[in-house]
Amino acid sequence: MDLEIQGRIKELAEKYGAGNIVVILGSNEAEAAGLAAETVTNGDPTYAGPLAGVPLGLRVYHILEEEIKKEIDPNVYEEQVGMMEMVLDVEAISKEVRSIREQYSKY
Amino acid sequence: MNPVIKGCSYILVHVPNIMVEGGTTQILEKENKNSEYIQKLNDHIRSYEECIAYAPNQAYIGNIYPDELYNIPKPWYQNLVSPKRFGEFGEIMPEDEFYALMQISDVFDLVLLEKKFVEEVKEKLKNHPLINEKDLAKLKEGVSLEEIEKQIDNKAVPLRFKGKIVGCVKKAHDKDVTLSSHVMMENLATKASAVLAFKYLLKNTGINVEEIEYILECSEEACGDMNQRGGGNFAKAIGEVVGCSNATGADVRGFCAGPSHALLSAAALVSAGVFKNVVVVAGGATAKLGMNGRDHVKKGMPLLEDVLGGFAVLVSANDGINPLIRLDSIGRHTIGAGASPQAVMHAVVVEPLERLGLRITDVDKYSVEMQNPEITEPAGAGDVPKANYKMIAALGVKRGDIDKSQMEEFILKHGMPGFAPTQGHIPSGIPILGYARKKILKGELKRVMSIGKGSLFLARMTNLFDGISMIIEANPGIKEEKGPEEKEIRGMIAKVLRDFAEHLINSEV
Repeated sequence: MDLEIQGRIKELAEKYGAGNIVVILGSNEAEAAGLAAETVTNGDPTYAGPLAGVPLGLRVYHILEEEIKKEIDPNVYEEQVGMMEMVLDVEAISKEVRSIREQYSKY
Repeated sequence: MNPVIKGCSYILVHVPNIMVEGGTTQILEKENKNSEYIQKLNDHIRSYEECIAYAPNQAYIGNIYPDELYNIPKPWYQNLVSPKRFGEFGEIMPEDEFYALMQISDVFDLVLLEKKFVEEVKEKLKNHPLINEKDLAKLKEGVSLEEIEKQIDNKAVPLRFKGKIVGCVKKAHDKDVTLSSHVMMENLATKASAVLAFKYLLKNTGINVEEIEYILECSEEACGDMNQRGGGNFAKAIGEVVGCSNATGADVRGFCAGPSHALLSAAALVSAGVFKNVVVVAGGATAKLGMNGRDHVKKGMPLLEDVLGGFAVLVSANDGINPLIRLDSIGRHTIGAGASPQAVMHAVVVEPLERLGLRITDVDKYSVEMQNPEITEPAGAGDVPKANYKMIAALGVKRGDIDKSQMEEFILKHGMPGFAPTQGHIPSGIPILGYARKKILKGELKRVMSIGKGSLFLARMTNLFDGISMIIEANPGIKEEKGPEEKEIRGMIAKVLRDFAEHLINSEV
């Protein structure tokens, strides 16, 4: 995950409290989504950014996961995400992010 | 007047030493004294022979039609092909000759080369098909290694070849960071690689250099000083080296979409009749060399981002032969269009086609972001062109142009495997113009869409994304203007307007 974004997430978690934040990912494949999910839960696995060694334990989902999809107006979802739902490997991405969430999310 | 693509050139320069010295990833890693990556780096550097035998590089310079890459087993870095330096569109230049070209392109005595190195490289360049006597005369005699080392102590960037220091790039100002030795090396590498691309364009099109009236330069970097970081002007600087004495020009930027904006501007200038021949040109980006190197080394791969990329395109007035750039339906991601991938692709791909009453399947080939997937996949960025083609296919499904079961077939037929180096501006929309022009001229393709996309948020000025597209079509030939009849009608309209103007003047009085 981009170092700048890691810094912004860390700041937001400090400002609003980690329990009040949900991170929605938009990564286009499972490995990258998993790495981003790990960064905001267990800390930056590459040990390069502000979240290295900082396990925020945030709630993290991918926009393509069912839990998020059902929260959104179906027309808006279709208009904004419908095309990518057809393009990306929804199952692999969901599985990867769910696995990280279940392991490291504290909320 | 419709603008046409009269010719293209594509060049690469194999620069492993500049990669180590000037690539952003390597510079950042060097800050960590225990960096495993820096320790292992040298074992993953490709030789020049390996670099030119790499199939995507051969595709870029015109020796392998990109679709043929489907038939070459992956990984391509292990399944090497016939190593050819020269191709139909350009060449892959080795680093020692490029250092000399950097000095030839340097008008401020910033590039110093060692005396013996100059003697050797001069002999090599004498055999180069496009380096002429005038160019060779700009090569200086060379200096001693001591002099070069003294400059390196004074913050010059070393130029290495085969493990030895053979030269350096000096800083151009004591305090101005935009004129530091690092930036000067970046800019001189950009300029010299653009010069090489320009020279090939002149050769490929056969145009008389004096006929070029305007140059639009669209590389990654911007040159300037601390009072105007992106002041420019690469375009005139490059034109000066290649002898465009009748041209002027300016630089166009827009992250990876920069070249598409430049091409559109060139087409518009020609269409409006302002200029007859406009060149769009770009050199390579040293900062992006080895950008995904950490992942490549981790996965035991060679450092594939060891080349600078450059290209040039000549946009000219309609000759009735060359493929036309259609200016009546430009795809553009507008500020209000929204930033989701769907919104971007709809604005850039669907809208221009709908305006012309065309379907997604009416475009024979789409030129999207053509990054070589072998470079991006190990870094977790996936197969970028394939993702783009999937998005276009998905839009086709949503519009009812194709059935969902036909998506894979659509991608194979209307797409291409990625083959361009990850040089930022190079992969986006531009790399298949050379092949597209050739195939359209042969009648094997009728219509191509070139799509440039850019991540504007990287500059932290906006969260917006960018996208722009152009349709390029076979030229139906020039239709003769209806002489007398048209003149008569124009005359009648002019008379009515004059009468009306007189009437207004009289009624005011």
